[in-house]
Amino acid sequence: MSGAKGVSLRNAIALIVGLILVWQLLFWFAGDIAMRSPWDTVRYARRMMGTDSFWIHFWESVRAFATALAIAVSVGLFVGIWLGFHRLSGRVMEPMLVAIYSIPKITLYPIVLLAFGIGMSAKIAFGAIHGVIPIALFTINAVRNVRIVLIKTGRVHKLTMTEMARWVLFPAAMPEIFTGFRVGFSLTLIGTLLGEMFAAQRGLGYLLMTAIGLHNVDVIMAVTFLLVLCAASVSTALLAIDHRLHRRV
Amino acid sequence: MPDVHVSMRGIEKTFPASGGGREVHALGPIDLELHRGEFFAIVGPSGCGKSTLLELIAGLAEASAGVVQFEGREIRGEIADRVGVVFQEDACFPWLSVAENVAFGLRKANLPAADKARRVDEALGIMGLQDFARHYPAQLSGGMRQRVCIARTLITEPRLILLDEPFGALDQQTRLLMGEEVLRLWRQTKATVFLITHALDEAAMLADRIAVMSARPGRLIDIVETGWPADRDSRIIERVEFGTITSRLWRSLRAESLKAGGRPADRA
Ligand SMILES: Nc1ncnc2c1ncn2[C@@H]1O[C@H](COP(=O)(O)OP(=O)(O)OP(=O)(O)O)[C@@H](O)[C@H]1O
Ligand SMILES: [Mg+2]
Repeated sequence: MSGAKGVSLRNAIALIVGLILVWQLLFWFAGDIAMRSPWDTVRYARRMMGTDSFWIHFWESVRAFATALAIAVSVGLFVGIWLGFHRLSGRVMEPMLVAIYSIPKITLYPIVLLAFGIGMSAKIAFGAIHGVIPIALFTINAVRNVRIVLIKTGRVHKLTMTEMARWVLFPAAMPEIFTGFRVGFSLTLIGTLLGEMFAAQRGLGYLLMTAIGLHNVDVIMAVTFLLVLCAASVSTALLAIDHRLHRRV
Repeated sequence: MPDVHVSMRGIEKTFPASGGGREVHALGPIDLELHRGEFFAIVGPSGCGKSTLLELIAGLAEASAGVVQFEGREIRGEIADRVGVVFQEDACFPWLSVAENVAFGLRKANLPAADKARRVDEALGIMGLQDFARHYPAQLSGGMRQRVCIARTLITEPRLILLDEPFGALDQQTRLLMGEEVLRLWRQTKATVFLITHALDEAAMLADRIAVMSARPGRLIDIVETGWPADRDSRIIERVEFGTITSRLWRSLRAESLKAGGRPADRA
């Protein structure tokens, strides 16, 4: 156990060091006009984090993302469980979901803007659109793949519907559903940030977009760096949980 | 007159056609009575409908025709109280430890936690799993997982125990010893046992009566009474009658197994 943990920790450190090296090399290659060095970026990020306005943008993004994720998860779970159970409607709807999912979401953007206007609700909607379908698709499969003999075991023990859902179906489907949540998490984050870039007056996406307009390389680099840092650490944690859930199956 | 515990009259099961196939007449008609407290075994070629029959008795599926009664009340796709089932496939919950799996049998029981824990320990001990209480099913062998399922069933103290090839995953020695264990439990609990097996010697050693099923659609073609004493154990296989019984079972079964094996294209 601790041996495996040691190895994966070493791999993670090697990866981070490697990325920083590549970044530094790119910086030497591209020069001051296009980007900043890792060290300068970290310094600027720290300075930025000392200002109030950064935190206003940050919390705005967090709020939008959290709401979008909550919507994506609840709608995705609901649709997924429903379609997973009703095999017939599942068979009809699943290809449609896959088809919708393959549309580049950015083409829906004008419609979202028309429907929600510029502001919080537009970016929430855009975030949720990105996350909801993968979560639903993973959940459909999770529910469908619950082994029938486990359900029969529940029936033999005379479980009620709720007990069956809580004690058998949900834990049995959990690992797969969690994978869906993990994928949905990243996609919702991307969607929310994209939404902020084009249809907001606050948030980290907006901050990035204005910095691009002003060619403020320091801000672009620092915001991107912080976003990557947050997203990567949360994703790593989710992946670790995911592996743990799958190990028992 | 023996005390009838389970009675089946004219039961049949037909699975509706699906995916372009024909409908499958899996079972019956079957008439059979299980006596209270007897050890009843059933043998038959693969695919003849043994598991289907078990599900009809358990109330997990509904018969297409006929009536199943348990303790005088009709079972129609509804699980009766105090019926325990051990399935053919592995039915351990992979997210629960061995002890938690066994305790699952008592989740709905209205007992103090201390009593539950004691009974879980007991059941683990009987099945030789006490050293694996905190393991997860993925860490166990197939045979051990089956023992977890048996323990989970026993802990509910069923009056009717349905076992679907519970020792299928075990080696011969362990089978014989587990068989003795099941006999001991049967004597202790006075439950009626309905055992499906494909091993003739297992049926001959364990059961009071053995039914032989035909190839699909499964019907009963022979019922053999062993006449063993209740306090038997695996040493019974040394007796002369044991050989007589197994060879009689094999004679009935040989023709049927050839039939079942001779038409693989017919199988679903
Ligand atoms: N849900 C189902 N739908 C359609 N056909 C089924 C279904 N369940 C079982 N059958 C068919 O019914 C027949 C009997 O199946 P069953 O599982 O009862 O056989 P079995 O005697 O238990 O076989 P084995 O010894 O291999 O376990 C088989 O031909 C099978 O294909
Ligand atoms: Mg079977």
